[in-house]
Amino acid sequence: MKILTGNDLKSGAVVWWDGAGWSLQVNDAVDVGEDADTIAASEEAARRVNVPYAIEATRDSQGVRPAHIKDRVRALGPTVRPDLTLKPTEPEALDWIV
Amino acid sequence: MYKYDNYDQQMVDTRVEEFRDQAKRRLEGKITEDQFKPLRLMNGLYLQLHAYMLRVAIPYGTLNGAQMHALADIADKYDRGYGHFTTRQNIQYNWIKLEEAGDLLADLAKVEMHAIQTSGNCIRNISSDHFAGAAADELVDPRPYAELLRQWSSFHPEFMYLPRKFKIAVIAAETDRAAMRLHDIGIQIVKNDAGEIGASFYVGGGMGRTPMIAPQVREFVPLNQLVTYSEACLRVYNRHGRRDNKYKARIKILVHEMGAEEYTRQVEEEFAHMLDQGVEPPLAEIERLRPYFADPAFVDGPKTCDRSDPDFALWVDRNTNRHKHDSYVSAVISLKPVGGIPGDATAEQMHLMAELASKYSFDELRVMHTQNIVLPHVAISDLHALWTALEAAGLGSPNLDTIEDIIACPGLDYCSLANARSIPLAQKISERFAASGKTGELGQLKLKISGCINACGHHHAGHIGILGVDKKGTENYQLSLGGSEAEDVALAKITGRGFDEAGVINAVETVTDIYLGARNEGERFLDTYRRIGMTPFKEALYD
Ligand code: SF4
Repeated sequence: MKILTGNDLKSGAVVWWDGAGWSLQVNDAVDVGEDADTIAASEEAARRVNVPYAIEATRDSQGVRPAHIKDRVRALGPTVRPDLTLKPTEPEALDWIV
Repeated sequence: MYKYDNYDQQMVDTRVEEFRDQAKRRLEGKITEDQFKPLRLMNGLYLQLHAYMLRVAIPYGTLNGAQMHALADIADKYDRGYGHFTTRQNIQYNWIKLEEAGDLLADLAKVEMHAIQTSGNCIRNISSDHFAGAAADELVDPRPYAELLRQWSSFHPEFMYLPRKFKIAVIAAETDRAAMRLHDIGIQIVKNDAGEIGASFYVGGGMGRTPMIAPQVREFVPLNQLVTYSEACLRVYNRHGRRDNKYKARIKILVHEMGAEEYTRQVEEEFAHMLDQGVEPPLAEIERLRPYFADPAFVDGPKTCDRSDPDFALWVDRNTNRHKHDSYVSAVISLKPVGGIPGDATAEQMHLMAELASKYSFDELRVMHTQNIVLPHVAISDLHALWTALEAAGLGSPNLDTIEDIIACPGLDYCSLANARSIPLAQKISERFAASGKTGELGQLKLKISGCINACGHHHAGHIGILGVDKKGTENYQLSLGGSEAEDVALAKITGRGFDEAGVINAVETVTDIYLGARNEGERFLDTYRRIGMTPFKEALYD
């Protein structure tokens, strides 16, 4: 599947297109198919996101998994600071990145 | 240290307000990201993997206590309670919000700091010897010259849009502690046969994709021509540097392709042309700057200390440097605890370092390019009290220049350009060697890790270097040996095919074992490598 990601303009936080808005959780990301460019352009024009781009991902029993490690690091947070990731109480969640 | 005059302060304050307005217009949608990006980069604001990242300039790595306290406050107020000291003697914050960046810059300006020219194709923060003004082996304090060049290069209208970024280092000792010859311009303050002080110029060094050691282009430039000569070097680059290809745009490529001789000829021609054009500030300007860097009021005291505590004695042996006043030393605060993140410091640690600087080091601190902090002027009689305070705060690691003192760039944990993670490798290698107890036995061993070919982790200059590469979407690591950023400067050579994370950690242990087995009395890892060559290491790694 193809999902859309970018950064929140004000905070810089990593965000994912959930079909209606931007979520901090990669698991909320939806397949944008061929619509990536259109959504990216209108959302960027409305300043709801900064520098959006589409990436490849898969969905399995654990949720949405970006194909590239860089986007998995973006999705969860720095592997060396579990306390600063989106799952600070689950350090084992970092295994998902690698 | 240098103090802003009204003119400096006004320039920085005006820049803050200008940026505040630019950010506001971006947030209001009056300018696009394409329009805003170059403006934010001119103020050190990047967009990285998790958020905006702000890089703050620390001129030649020198800070006072109030500035370090302010950096700590910024970490608490605008970031997540920590900062990362970089290999350019700067600090970066990883979790900055655009809507708060203007306020942050205003707070920085209150302590005479800014983030201007920490990004972009301009002359970046000038770096220098972290023991400047303190080291027993220096000719003079290089910082007044670095400050002169800082003022010359700040907002220089001709050099704001160079073909590529430009880095200058200034040292004044035979021992090179600033990787001087791996800079676009490396300047060594020297004395000529007539006893006059001047500057040797080395141009065209650098790391990155195409590492080069800068050749000397002029052995002696009189001090009253320092700025003019620098300007001539930049002008020839600005004229001929390639703007068509980012990977060939650094001055090292120009000097290499043009040839050092021809480049030098053109610089000399430009220099001769410029000499009577009044570019050079009067010598009185350097005399005006010098008092800012005057020695503090040293007092004679004990020349030795009680070394009966072996842990303290080890720290003194490893983490202090000989001072020009024999009752003092420069003490290094290691930001490399075993298993820690190289260069990271919490706000509490920054506050503590500032307090210790005020108590024990005439309120001065330095940032090392190896991502540690120096208290430059510590009385030998105060060393034990200082060490005790550092130990209590987890800042007393006795590992300067050992295999635990690893340089690691932010890598894939933070950096959008990365191919692989650097920090976890550094953590695991330091843990492995601390656990094996081999750190001391290995002696001086500089290990440097970069997460991509941009080489911010200086892997080309590591006795052992590690470069993270992308191998079909997975992290892979190339090992290299034999580099040095010091006066025995050399570029490391790749051992062969790469390794995965566990493999490269094992490989590091393998090469250190070869060294231990082959070394002669008194040889460092680098010396043994130079004597026996790559073959025995390669055989052990790949056969
Ligand atoms: S070397 Fe590469 S990965 Fe590391 S900080 Fe520099 S650009 Fe980022």
